[in-house]
Amino acid sequence: MDAFLHQVLAGLATGGIYASLALALVMIYQSTHLVNFAQGEMAMFATYIAWTLINAGMPYWPAFLLTVLLAFVLGVVIERVIIRPVENAPVLAVVVIFIALLVILNSVTGWIYSYTIKTFPSPFPPEPIFGKYMSTHEAGAIGVTLVVLVLLYLFFRFTPLGLALRAAAQNPDSARLVGIRVGWMLALGWGLAAAIGGIAGMMVAPIVYLDPNMMGGILLYAFAAALVGGIDNPWGAVAGGFMVGVLENVLGAFVIGNELKLVVALVLIIGVLVVRPSGFFGKVLVTRV
Amino acid sequence: MSRKQLILIAIVLLAACALPLLVSNYRVFQFNLVLVYAIALLGLNMLTGYNGQISLGHGAFYAIGAYCAAILMDKYGVPYWATLPVAAAVCLVVGFLFGLPALRLEGLYLALATFALGVSLPHLLKYHHLEKWTGGVQGIVIAKPDPPFGLPINADQWLYYFTLAVTVVMFVLAWNMLRGRIGRALMAIRDQHIAAEAMGVNTAMVKSLAFGVSAMYTGVAGALGAIAIQFVAPDSFNIFLSIVLLIGIVIGGLASISGAIYGALFIQFVPNVADEISKAAPWAIFGIFLIGFVYVMPMGVAGAVRMAVARLARKAQNK
Amino acid sequence: MKLVPIAALLAVAFASPAALAQKKYDPGANDKEIRIGNTNPYSGPASAYGTIGKSIGAYFKMVNEQGGINGRKVVWVSYDDGYSPPKTVEMVRKLVEQDQVLFVFQTLGTPPNTAIHKYMNMKKVPQLHVATGATKWNDPKNFPWTMGWQPNYQTEGRIYAQHILSTNPKAKIGILYQNDDYGKDYLKGMKDGLGDKAGMIVREVSYEVTDPTVDSQIVQLQASGADTFFNITTPKFAAQAIRKAYDIGWKPAHYLNNVSTSIGSVLKPAGLEKSVGLISTQYLKDPLDEQWKDDASIKEWRAFMAKYYPEGNLADGSNLYGYTVAQTLHQVLKQAGNDLTRANIMKQAAAMKGYRAETMLPGIRINTDGGDFAPIESVQLIRFDGQQWKRFGQIMGK
Repeated sequence: MDAFLHQVLAGLATGGIYASLALALVMIYQSTHLVNFAQGEMAMFATYIAWTLINAGMPYWPAFLLTVLLAFVLGVVIERVIIRPVENAPVLAVVVIFIALLVILNSVTGWIYSYTIKTFPSPFPPEPIFGKYMSTHEAGAIGVTLVVLVLLYLFFRFTPLGLALRAAAQNPDSARLVGIRVGWMLALGWGLAAAIGGIAGMMVAPIVYLDPNMMGGILLYAFAAALVGGIDNPWGAVAGGFMVGVLENVLGAFVIGNELKLVVALVLIIGVLVVRPSGFFGKVLVTRV
Repeated sequence: MSRKQLILIAIVLLAACALPLLVSNYRVFQFNLVLVYAIALLGLNMLTGYNGQISLGHGAFYAIGAYCAAILMDKYGVPYWATLPVAAAVCLVVGFLFGLPALRLEGLYLALATFALGVSLPHLLKYHHLEKWTGGVQGIVIAKPDPPFGLPINADQWLYYFTLAVTVVMFVLAWNMLRGRIGRALMAIRDQHIAAEAMGVNTAMVKSLAFGVSAMYTGVAGALGAIAIQFVAPDSFNIFLSIVLLIGIVIGGLASISGAIYGALFIQFVPNVADEISKAAPWAIFGIFLIGFVYVMPMGVAGAVRMAVARLARKAQNK
Repeated sequence: MKLVPIAALLAVAFASPAALAQKKYDPGANDKEIRIGNTNPYSGPASAYGTIGKSIGAYFKMVNEQGGINGRKVVWVSYDDGYSPPKTVEMVRKLVEQDQVLFVFQTLGTPPNTAIHKYMNMKKVPQLHVATGATKWNDPKNFPWTMGWQPNYQTEGRIYAQHILSTNPKAKIGILYQNDDYGKDYLKGMKDGLGDKAGMIVREVSYEVTDPTVDSQIVQLQASGADTFFNITTPKFAAQAIRKAYDIGWKPAHYLNNVSTSIGSVLKPAGLEKSVGLISTQYLKDPLDEQWKDDASIKEWRAFMAKYYPEGNLADGSNLYGYTVAQTLHQVLKQAGNDLTRANIMKQAAAMKGYRAETMLPGIRINTDGGDFAPIESVQLIRFDGQQWKRFGQIMGK
């Protein structure tokens, strides 16, 4: 029983990692109706910026805030400079651009910083306060994710800007007719997604260590988590992240062994999607013919 | 097909046949891989370009075809040419079976499901209970076939001609299928699937069959690839392969048969060019190439060629 | 006329011994240069090892600036294979058939090297000092053109098994291994070393390179009741494993594989105080180890890095590995003299008796002969005391 509890808690910790990146994916989807495969690499790049600042002597929280700001700017710039020219291209062409971004960011980071792992500091105290089951940082990271989640929810639900963002994504033409600057909404969406990704990266790096390939494996889990929870619902994405984390750990430890746990987890997730195509908490879309 | 197009194809075929006699063995090997990728891309294009079902996991079918060939050749001594029909049959069935539950998934969700397939396959290949057949992490080494009937060409050239013959056959079959009823049904489903259903197209059957046939093409490509490389291992078939195939059809041109060839040339040679340009960050250069191609030719090389030809034709008309 | 015999006598009298030792070349070598080919994963999941290829390239840049080898410059041609066997085949074919290299050196990874194994031997081009610890490269009878360099993983696994048997015969062993050829090779070595006592292994769990963390696996191992831990992980995961084991209060006898012993890349990130008591084997000096602070060879290496590979990480043991293996090749090429045929390269590589590069641990030597294609077979058991890797016991292996 003790072992089971331990695995569940460890699963919640890794689930928190998936949830934080899943939030960035939800953000980008809500604002553009596209899933940006380069989101993980953008988060990783932002974390390296933070590392550079901290290594140059800046204390943690100022570096954190500055990185979030820089990540926001990076997201906006990428949208305006790289994505804007192809807005009328077929969707798959845009996907190829995302892939291009992914390889460029990964390759450039590896070139500048080398591939040796680096430690990234945690703002939380090292003494475990939950016994040996979960480190304080892991608990803190989950806390930060939940805070970001609440902020995101409030932003989309209760602010005019959030409404404008959603409108621009769902119906760009109608949105323009009511005066929304769709182009800048898209840029804003990218900026916010990059900023959330940066926060995710800075929470994840102390756990998994910072290296250019840090986000590769996490992106797949985050993608699955976001979809199984409901890609248009930040609560769903976070719930999905925790579900995936716990499922993976429990499967690996008690059911199928570590070799096939990813396969089985994915099969289960797809099974859920076949039965409930919008995910657990997503809105069911009904198209009129 | 117009006479001009037929003449063009004949010229290309002639050039393809002459190639091994003019260039080094290493280049013949590279062009062999181009042909292999062309078949794989044609398969993926059928599904994603013509039928609109996105697949981020076609590398899995490539791998299944490759392992079919390797296991048959290594463990059962089957001659290399006989492995192709088996690889085709296996992938047809697997693709169809995957396509059935995939009917319920659209767009992003289908992308995730296929992505999951692409990611999972190497894990299955490494699974220790299947090690007896798959060779596990060590992989399987296979021998290169020798030219038959004592022909005066070497093994590389023979394999190239064999692959070329298979490529021509598969392309002709595909062209036939895609310009007829099936092709129209595929595209109807892609563009307006409710209307297609209302017009009597059995969307479920067509979509699942599209998956099956697409998988079959990519599986045959995988088998040919395995024979050319003479080695299969789980590391050869990770998710990056699936992503490269997707890049290939987008750059080459969606819903286009010639696009498969342009795409194959791109994914075979551009990474090497990027490596020559920058040793420090070759994939960054590749990424820049990708962005460049998509900006300049958003409809792929085939799309750009089509537009250029149309513009020339109009100019000729206006004179 | 006696002119011809006199001329001949004069020619012999004035000819230097070197000119008499005829210059023999295979493709890739001539009076001015020696072309060496290589593939390394500069991209992809194994890109952390790409620094080896860069450090070797930097070494030969230094050698060229110092006059080359027997007056010839080394041309280092290294391509990226992304750890993908099909790419390795393509790049190696390019090296052999298009770039016409004399031989291929330090190709990295077991699957990539397996993919080109038959080809190299068929073409009779040396596949020299491959960068993997698999056992199969030491097979001169069937593959006379392939040779490894580093101590192989199975031997290392067996050494740990022997140590466990002699120190704690009632041990309960838990194993964490990377699910690929490297991990499975170590696993086999340990199992072979335990022999019929393989039942001492109470749990073996695997992980993939794409997994974000191995925390769940460590928790599983603790839950199995194991009191001995064989840790077969690459640097990033080794750091995670060491830290997690400490954090959850699991204190087994901890055997760490040689690939991840770097103080800079593994132990510091994990936490030096959390790494106390780790046991491993080593054949090279650790660049961050205090005991070698004033060591001449490490100082020389640091100077080399500063001048020729300044962007390389001084904490990364791979850069010392690349330097040392390049020195080994330097010796082979020196021995080859003017006979730069592929056959002679293999012959010289298989004729190293007691050669030492000073960056190796004291007592470690390279020995090869016609039947022994494993250059380094000796390793030293080491234990981490929180600051340094202290050597203990004798040198094991040959």
